[in-house]
Amino acid sequence: MKTLASLFKNNLRQYGMVLALVLIMILFQILTEGVLLKPINITNLILQNSYILVLAIGMLLVIILGHIDLSVGSVVAFVGAMSAIFMVEMNLPVWLSVVLCLIIGALIGAWQGFWVAFLRVPAFIVTLAGMLVFRGLTMLVLDGQSIAPFPASFRQMSSGFIPGLNKSGDLDLLTMIVGIVISLILIWGEVRKRKQQASYNFDILPMWLFALKLIFIVGVMNVFAYFLASYEGIPNILVILVVLIVVYSFITNRTIAGRHLYALGGNEKAAKLSGIKTKWLTFWVFVNMGVLAALSGLLFAARLNAATPKAGNSFELDAIAAVFIGGASAYGGIGTVIGAVVGGLVMGVLNNGMSLIGLGVDYQQTIKGLVLLIAVGFDVYNKNKSS
Amino acid sequence: MSSVLLEMKNITKTFPGVKALNDVNLQIKEGEIHALCGENGAGKSTLMKVLSGVYPHGSYTGDILFSNEVCEFKDIKQSENLGIVIIHQELALIPFLSIAENIFLGNEQAKNGIINFNATIAKTKDLLNVVGLKESPNTPINQLGVGKQQLVEIAKALSKKVKLLILDEPTAALNEDDSENLLNLLLEFKKQGMTSIIISHKLNEIARVADSITILRDGKSIETLDMKKDLVTEDRIIKGMVGRDLTNRYPDHTPNIGETIFEVRNWEVQDPANPDRNIVEDVSFSIRSGEIVGIAGLMGAGRTELAMSIFGKAYGKKITGQLFKDGKELKLTDITQAINNGIAYVTEDRKQYGLVLEEDIKTNITLANLKKVAKKTVVNGHQEVIEAEKYRKQMNIKSPSILQKTMNLSGGNQQKVILSKWMFTEPDILILDEPTRGIDVGAKYEIYSIINTLADQGKGVLIISSELPEILGISDRIYVMREGKFTAEFTREDATQEKIMKYMTRTGVEQQ
Repeated sequence: MKTLASLFKNNLRQYGMVLALVLIMILFQILTEGVLLKPINITNLILQNSYILVLAIGMLLVIILGHIDLSVGSVVAFVGAMSAIFMVEMNLPVWLSVVLCLIIGALIGAWQGFWVAFLRVPAFIVTLAGMLVFRGLTMLVLDGQSIAPFPASFRQMSSGFIPGLNKSGDLDLLTMIVGIVISLILIWGEVRKRKQQASYNFDILPMWLFALKLIFIVGVMNVFAYFLASYEGIPNILVILVVLIVVYSFITNRTIAGRHLYALGGNEKAAKLSGIKTKWLTFWVFVNMGVLAALSGLLFAARLNAATPKAGNSFELDAIAAVFIGGASAYGGIGTVIGAVVGGLVMGVLNNGMSLIGLGVDYQQTIKGLVLLIAVGFDVYNKNKSS
Repeated sequence: MSSVLLEMKNITKTFPGVKALNDVNLQIKEGEIHALCGENGAGKSTLMKVLSGVYPHGSYTGDILFSNEVCEFKDIKQSENLGIVIIHQELALIPFLSIAENIFLGNEQAKNGIINFNATIAKTKDLLNVVGLKESPNTPINQLGVGKQQLVEIAKALSKKVKLLILDEPTAALNEDDSENLLNLLLEFKKQGMTSIIISHKLNEIARVADSITILRDGKSIETLDMKKDLVTEDRIIKGMVGRDLTNRYPDHTPNIGETIFEVRNWEVQDPANPDRNIVEDVSFSIRSGEIVGIAGLMGAGRTELAMSIFGKAYGKKITGQLFKDGKELKLTDITQAINNGIAYVTEDRKQYGLVLEEDIKTNITLANLKKVAKKTVVNGHQEVIEAEKYRKQMNIKSPSILQKTMNLSGGNQQKVILSKWMFTEPDILILDEPTRGIDVGAKYEIYSIINTLADQGKGVLIISSELPEILGISDRIYVMREGKFTAEFTREDATQEKIMKYMTRTGVEQQ
């Protein structure tokens, strides 16, 4: 039987960042004297970080392929600007504007994907150019000015809440029910997976550790639901995020395209010789990144209630940092959606906590930089040691 | 003249699972050209790496004596300081730097870190004169042809005050004229008293320039022939290179051969690096069901290029010729089509082209045909596990589970994973490129058995190998390839190592 130490070591990579996230939260909970985990702040955390998390999910796929996308911050700004032009200046319906913006994102992604996949220009160069081009275009279409305000229904997307069941009481019942239902689904799924793995004679966690893990996840889930319920309920944007996380986790883990993605990132030549259409796959990953960047741009514009030329500045760096903190490999082939989201939350909690205790931007930048370096350095060190 | 310059005594070098060198002895006399002969994998390059310090002292056993002094090289720098310089088969020049900069790379003519370009250029001019290269020292390397680059390498060696020059396959990539040039240069150096070791597969060249020949086989030094005393013919060298017994290294197999299922006609592939040259030239062959067809040839003969260009144009730009499967012409534009049409290609380089090393056994096995375990586009994890487990048992892949990362497997087991992967695509034609390279004898036997089983299922198998005994031991029919052309075809009964070796190495023998 395995010792606890080896179990811990084998799962460190998987759970290390979750652990780090918890530790950081505890630290700031103490430093902020309890403000961090106040219901209103928890809700704020989600609202503030949603657009980075959306970017991180797209960026994860790009990074699994061993590429990078530096242009997403500018694309966020450009799509935000276009949405303002559609909705505010041209008075187009909100739904149509959103669709048009997502199409623009797809086209931008296709443009960059074309250079990377078919002309084999390094993604670093292509998207560095994109970063300049789309920032410039943003300023052009906005004429250097901000455009505001957006229609109320559009703003709902990123600042509204799902209508609850029991507005009169302290707690929103719907939120609690949703929390419990999701917990049950999670438990059912995990138990089923465990049974299946046992039937294949795969290594599984000892029962007590498995139970502990489940209790931890369910506990966190329900405490989280409780916090949301005691403020305004479930933010609309959280629904969008959860849907994205579930869909992209499914795509990366369970579909043929997902397998091809990891194979291409892990060994391009072997992937090609296995009949994988490597160029098209790369192309579509960039198209996907464009669409998600557009979504992020819409969310950000809606939250800010304005389209500004400066929007999305350095978002690309936050998204890239989130993916790497979440355990993705800079050489491609490794990384998970959940990891990227956890990485994004680590950055988000750091930002939020440091702002709450009144640290200046100077310290914040320094600390965030060091966290990124240490997280990735730790990962690389562990990997070198094991091989 | 006849004092001994270099002596290597009882050199043994082991890699995990393989004894690459086993008690090898080599004696080089001062002022001679000494040739090192042997099949691919016989240990020539390993021996030279031991000598030059690429494998440092302590990683092998045995003694090296240079000018009667014991040497314990820790790295290449130390051997170079004594005047032992090796020129590798793949040239190690920096394409964008000039001739002069390349020659003095790592040995810059500098004072306090600042390069004296006048001295560099002047010295380069002298060296270029010696090797007979009429180019400006400022010419970038990438503007020179391979032949001239080879001369720059030699000039670079001379700049290091070389006493013993080692050339690993120096003429492999050269045309006739350039080769001739180079060999004359070596003879010229000999007159001036320089000693050199030349590794070459081109036996006619060796017969022309060498004073003595040491033959390696299976990591052992077999014999040293003196060209002046003994009457050494090419056949004599070949005999030394291949003379070993073949008992019981290959499973018994009675083939059950049917109709022709695959045919290649007038296949030509242009060399992507050099549009004037065809890397595969007018090759035609056929495979029948249940038949194992071998392609013998040296590295660089165009075997891999032939196989990969057939496999959905995975290699090469301008490809002409026709493919027929079951009598119908196939037009394959990409690898996916090749796989869908029942062709599988098992690459010679497992790690670079075969496996996704970060991924586990299961994922690697199903990669090329995920459709088989998927519903629409969603992979069925349960079915995948069952399939992978089936292959693990069937192929006897030794690992704790199918979740083992393939990077942690031994070479033999990695190869079994790749074979599983391609069997999973249910091919009719299986092309195996060096299927047993770097694998120990036991695993080889297992892989031969698998190949026989595949043939018995009615598949056509094409095997490419540099190891003649392997080709002879397992093929039902053998084609010999040299410099992009098929030079001979033998049935299993007709083939001997000597005959095949002759068609693999000799320039000038034409098809009978």
